[in-house]
Amino acid sequence: MKKEIDDGLLRDPLCVVNVGLEGFAADLEAQGLTVTQVDWTPPAGGDARLADILSKLGT
Amino acid sequence: MSAVIVNEVLRGFYLDSVALLRMSQSLVALDGVDEAAMMMGSPSNRQIMADAGILDATGEAAEAGDLVIGIRADNQDAADLALKEARAILEQSSAAKGDGEVWRPRSVRSAVKAMPDANFALISVPGDFAISEARKALRRGLHVMIFSDNVPVADEAALKQEALDHGRLVMGPDCGTAIINGKPLAFANAVARGSVGVIGASGTGIQEVTSLIGENGGGISHAIGVGGRDLSDAVGGFTTMMAFDLLDRDPATEHIVLISKPPSAAVAAKVVDRIGASSKPCTVCFVGGSEMSLPANATAVTTLKAAAENALGGSAIGAGFDPAAMAVPASGGPMIRGLFSGGTLCAEAQVVLQAAGEAVGSNAPVPGSGGLDSKGAHQLIDLGADEYTQGRPHPMIEPSVRDDALTAALGDDSIGVILLDLVLGFGAHDDPAGYLIRSLGGSAGKPVIASVTGTEQDPQRRSAQIAKLEDAGITVAPSNADAAALSLACLRSTT
Repeated sequence: MKKEIDDGLLRDPLCVVNVGLEGFAADLEAQGLTVTQVDWTPPAGGDARLADILSKLGT
Repeated sequence: MSAVIVNEVLRGFYLDSVALLRMSQSLVALDGVDEAAMMMGSPSNRQIMADAGILDATGEAAEAGDLVIGIRADNQDAADLALKEARAILEQSSAAKGDGEVWRPRSVRSAVKAMPDANFALISVPGDFAISEARKALRRGLHVMIFSDNVPVADEAALKQEALDHGRLVMGPDCGTAIINGKPLAFANAVARGSVGVIGASGTGIQEVTSLIGENGGGISHAIGVGGRDLSDAVGGFTTMMAFDLLDRDPATEHIVLISKPPSAAVAAKVVDRIGASSKPCTVCFVGGSEMSLPANATAVTTLKAAAENALGGSAIGAGFDPAAMAVPASGGPMIRGLFSGGTLCAEAQVVLQAAGEAVGSNAPVPGSGGLDSKGAHQLIDLGADEYTQGRPHPMIEPSVRDDALTAALGDDSIGVILLDLVLGFGAHDDPAGYLIRSLGGSAGKPVIASVTGTEQDPQRRSAQIAKLEDAGITVAPSNADAAALSLACLRSTT
């Protein structure tokens, strides 16, 4: 079912969750954006298939 | 004496790929080490390590979430020392991470809990995990940009369907460039704000068009990256369609530019219908595509430069630039060698040379170009293609990727002109002009023609980069398309 796209993306200030390369977070912070860097490690003990299943379950 | 290979696997240990590349380079610099890499153990990374001859049975058994250290050295002592050094670097890095820092969430869920205003996730984890992280972000109401590549196309299509259901945008996977609300994201340029909205399946294509518009009196409302495969049959243009919905409703956007490789006929028809439904004038640049009929509100162009000019209302970019007048006689043979860091810049240069009646060969050929083995053809090489960047940084970040090809071109008597691109902006190398000049090591002995994609507001400042190049005798054209035209003028002024 298609839901109308949320156009707040182009209107509201970006508030960013950065998952991965920390340099991106530093660049965004330097531009005055609010950024939270996730201290990411591979989930599900590094099992990508299990991580995929868990994300579908909302975990 | 035969080489010694040692591997070590650290289970569930993650560091980002840029940090790991830096660490790997410090291992390669050690005495007695032939080759070394530290990579996450995804199947594609393990293949790269196997191809480099640094993987043994220990490394082969690693999983995507494990970190693999692979070293090939002249002897056991050198290998052991390098492994010890690798462990020490990793230990330092872990200690630095946990040392006196503020609390960091360990998951998207806890990040959103800690920052309830979050509306956007930028994801650059290894491709095997990118979709699951993106899905977590979508389900928490965030729009998503996926920088990661190596994501199966079926997973991309399924994720984008889910995004549509949630009313959220997914840019990517393999989306390197976007500008939202005036903020450059990942590899993008600091461009003035204005009324042109850009939708692009190509990172450097977006960078060239937005920079040319910004540097020539216009500005960008938003630039939405869709990922290189969005307009493929397998994905069907989900993000492109949503981007049109967004920019159509955005009061700041008065003109929309669409940039992509030529899509399939079925997806092209869908895109043309969507353009026809837009209330705004559109410029369509399918680089290397054939002529197509478009609705009355749209204009087709064949180059990135023409796309920028059309979005600027027809004003000419690089007024006064005359390739014939600026041509430096070529020295050597009758061929151009193009060495590009931007894939779409390589494609655009092919289009320019083809339009002038020249035969072109490329490792990333557009329709009408042959392969690199094409006889009597100018060779235009995309150095950002997988075959040059597997296990190495992209040439925009690490210009040394161009060194071998540059040395070969300088020493090749059949080549009369060398054509290059320099791409500036966030994420890119901090001084690509300085690096290039050092690589050339004085006089090149033949004309070197360059273009500089970027703006005055970029961290590297475009005019400063151009001044360095010109001081070193490199001719700089106003755009990538102009640089290709100038290269040809140099050859023709010789004959």
